[in-house]
Amino acid sequence: MAIFEYAPAPESRDVVDIKPSYGLFINGEFADGSGTPFKTVNPATEEQLAEVATATSDDVDRAVQAARKAFGVWSALPGAERAKYLFRIARIIQERARELAVLESLDNGKPIRESRDVDVPLVAAHFFYYAGWADKLAYAGFGGARPLGVAGQVIPWNFPLLMLAWKIAPALACGNTVVLKPAETTPLTALAFADICRQADLPPGVVNIVTGAGETGAAVVGHPDVNKVAFTGSTEVGRTIARAVAGTDKKLTLELGGKAANIVFEDAAVDQAVEGIVNGIFFNQGHVCCAGSRLLVQESVHEEVLESLRRRLSTLRLGDPLDKNTDIGAINSAEQLAKIRSLSDLGESEGAQRWSPACELPDKGFWFPPTVFTGVAQSHSIARDEIFGPVLSVLTFRTPAEAVEKANNTPYGLSAGIWTEKGSRILWMADRLRAGVVWANTFNKFDPASPFGGYKESGYGREGGLHGLEAYLDV
Amino acid sequence: MPYLWYADTPGVPRTWGTTALRWSGLELEALVGDAVMVSTVTTSLTDVASSDTALRAFLHGLPGVDRVGADQRAAMLGTRSIKTTAKAQAIDLAISMVDLTTLEGADTAGKVRAMCTKAVRPGGDAPKVAAVCVYPDLVPVAVEALGGAGVKVASVATAFPSGRSSLEVKVAETTGAVSAGADEIDMVIDRGAFLSGRYMKVYEEIVAVKAACGAAHLKVILETGELATYDNVRRASWLAMLAGADFIKTSTGKVSPAATPPVTLIMLEAVRDFRDATGRQVGVKPAGGIRTTKDAIKNLVLVNETAGDDWLTPEWFRLGASSLLNDLLMQRQKLATGRYAGPDYFTLD
Repeated sequence: MAIFEYAPAPESRDVVDIKPSYGLFINGEFADGSGTPFKTVNPATEEQLAEVATATSDDVDRAVQAARKAFGVWSALPGAERAKYLFRIARIIQERARELAVLESLDNGKPIRESRDVDVPLVAAHFFYYAGWADKLAYAGFGGARPLGVAGQVIPWNFPLLMLAWKIAPALACGNTVVLKPAETTPLTALAFADICRQADLPPGVVNIVTGAGETGAAVVGHPDVNKVAFTGSTEVGRTIARAVAGTDKKLTLELGGKAANIVFEDAAVDQAVEGIVNGIFFNQGHVCCAGSRLLVQESVHEEVLESLRRRLSTLRLGDPLDKNTDIGAINSAEQLAKIRSLSDLGESEGAQRWSPACELPDKGFWFPPTVFTGVAQSHSIARDEIFGPVLSVLTFRTPAEAVEKANNTPYGLSAGIWTEKGSRILWMADRLRAGVVWANTFNKFDPASPFGGYKESGYGREGGLHGLEAYLDV
Repeated sequence: MPYLWYADTPGVPRTWGTTALRWSGLELEALVGDAVMVSTVTTSLTDVASSDTALRAFLHGLPGVDRVGADQRAAMLGTRSIKTTAKAQAIDLAISMVDLTTLEGADTAGKVRAMCTKAVRPGGDAPKVAAVCVYPDLVPVAVEALGGAGVKVASVATAFPSGRSSLEVKVAETTGAVSAGADEIDMVIDRGAFLSGRYMKVYEEIVAVKAACGAAHLKVILETGELATYDNVRRASWLAMLAGADFIKTSTGKVSPAATPPVTLIMLEAVRDFRDATGRQVGVKPAGGIRTTKDAIKNLVLVNETAGDDWLTPEWFRLGASSLLNDLLMQRQKLATGRYAGPDYFTLD
């Protein structure tokens, strides 16, 4: 037994009031869905949190019609007026931050430390940031550009509220209206956001939230009166969406999978690099499209880095997502857990060495221990396929050129990390890495002012920053 | 090199040489399969301090510290929420780690005696503190006042706090404090020499003071607020440990900033790595600026999640402070009774 055991320090659930059932948010009102309702569970306990309406294509049609009607009013508002609403929403998010963080952790399984310190502050920051642009589009180089119309947006379950913010904030700032479908395993914070829209007196129809599974998403994407489709999720679904949109005049941005290389050179600041590796792959249980899932470490420091990494991993605290001291929460769904398990087993059967720290998993809920594979070759599936879980594949390289080759040798290209004390090497590497985001001596850092998006099969279009405005304007 | 004897200690992890030799830029003796064989362990560490050039090469070959990353890690650990039983345990542990300190020009025998009384019986059933820390001339007073109560007497020495004096004076001051009965000596390094790159001068001073300490434990104060960069903090930590420090200590308390969480974090990493490399354990003492129970608990969390259990005792971790003790006592009572008592219920000294 350790000398200094931390007592449980759970964040109180009392700040959230989860209703037994939720409807769709259409034209400023909550309405019943026509489909069979589905259940959303707390992945840490498998306890049912609420029953949520399923939107059929008729419901989606009503939502799109509401958005179309609202588009006239909303797009005609001066930018400064739209900004007022966005600023108001941002402030309400800050005021309700604790509630949103608890709700996000309950529905998603991520540690409260992350939803409290990363997700929710970034959500507010995105609304503040794009509120600021609403009346300055001309200064962003988009003078005279018109909004696209109705945006159909489909978002994933890994950062439910943050992905909503990435989608809704720039869309509204540019004068579009939206129909958004949250993931079926994490609809609750999107529905709380619907309440925030009402609280902010946002005109009805500007934001519509339709819940449901893949079919609902397909209805949003395929609706003929949707002018713009924005999707974040798997490459597989991204392909289907691209096919569905092909031949129409819908504008499309896709933010898809990744298999990012986190490259550690021998002259790196080892302790901070190890923190960066941990943050790169174990942040949000590895449910991060830009996760640093491939560690490329220079052969000359391989042992040393791995030893530090193993020691560090043994201090990670896995457990109750609402405990303020939890580092690793629950896997979002049974389905995702099965996928992580099968890919990890495949890695083992292909000959890579599997290691996890001694780590007790709770009896109930969906859990996977932080896992490191060493002896991984480029040809192993765990070095190629996106696992989307707390699983790190460790590869080695000898020279900077080899690091670049290996890092780029993937169908994906969302992000990369470089760890070295040499500034010139950072610039040299960044020039050659085919990745939308390259982090230097840090990882998984997000800012609304910084554009985000992928190369190759990681998608197209950029979200965030000035570039994020372009996706919602007819330029 | 009498201070490097531990390099031969049996049970030293085999791989230590990989790290140390890479840092020192020396060639490995042989490579057998994946395992690194180091034939002359003692030689390589002795080599580190064999010349100014070798010492500089070693210290500059240590992995760098990224300021942004270190700050973030320390800030993250600062969010740990220590409540109820864990808090009660942490408070008592922190009290037992306090080096209760008075280092003022106005210090008198009376002040020191009063402090010693409190050090032994802080109040209620709280544990006694680890040590009292005074100027050398007050060591006899402290020794007499404590009289075998199990609280150590630490004395600053070596022209504290600036260290701007000759080696003879520093050694003489150390010898005086030790012969007056000090169990522990808190010396300061020559920051001027360190910042101008004269590492051997700093090293030799520490070696000389360590020799003068005899059986007394030596804490080496780096005065990290004057070293400014985290790379310097790591280098100075290794320099002090190589020269024989039993403890490395952040600050004199006379310079701001003193013991910041990232600095303590880096020093904890240094003692952890040093033990991995040599088998010898060195203690850490953040001092200055630690005033509240929250600060103290943050320090314990840093120890817990960086160096680990082996450092979570007063033998290997100390908190240099003067006003901290009363806050710890106040929080201790609050936990026990559920309410705060006013400041007048806690004795001044």
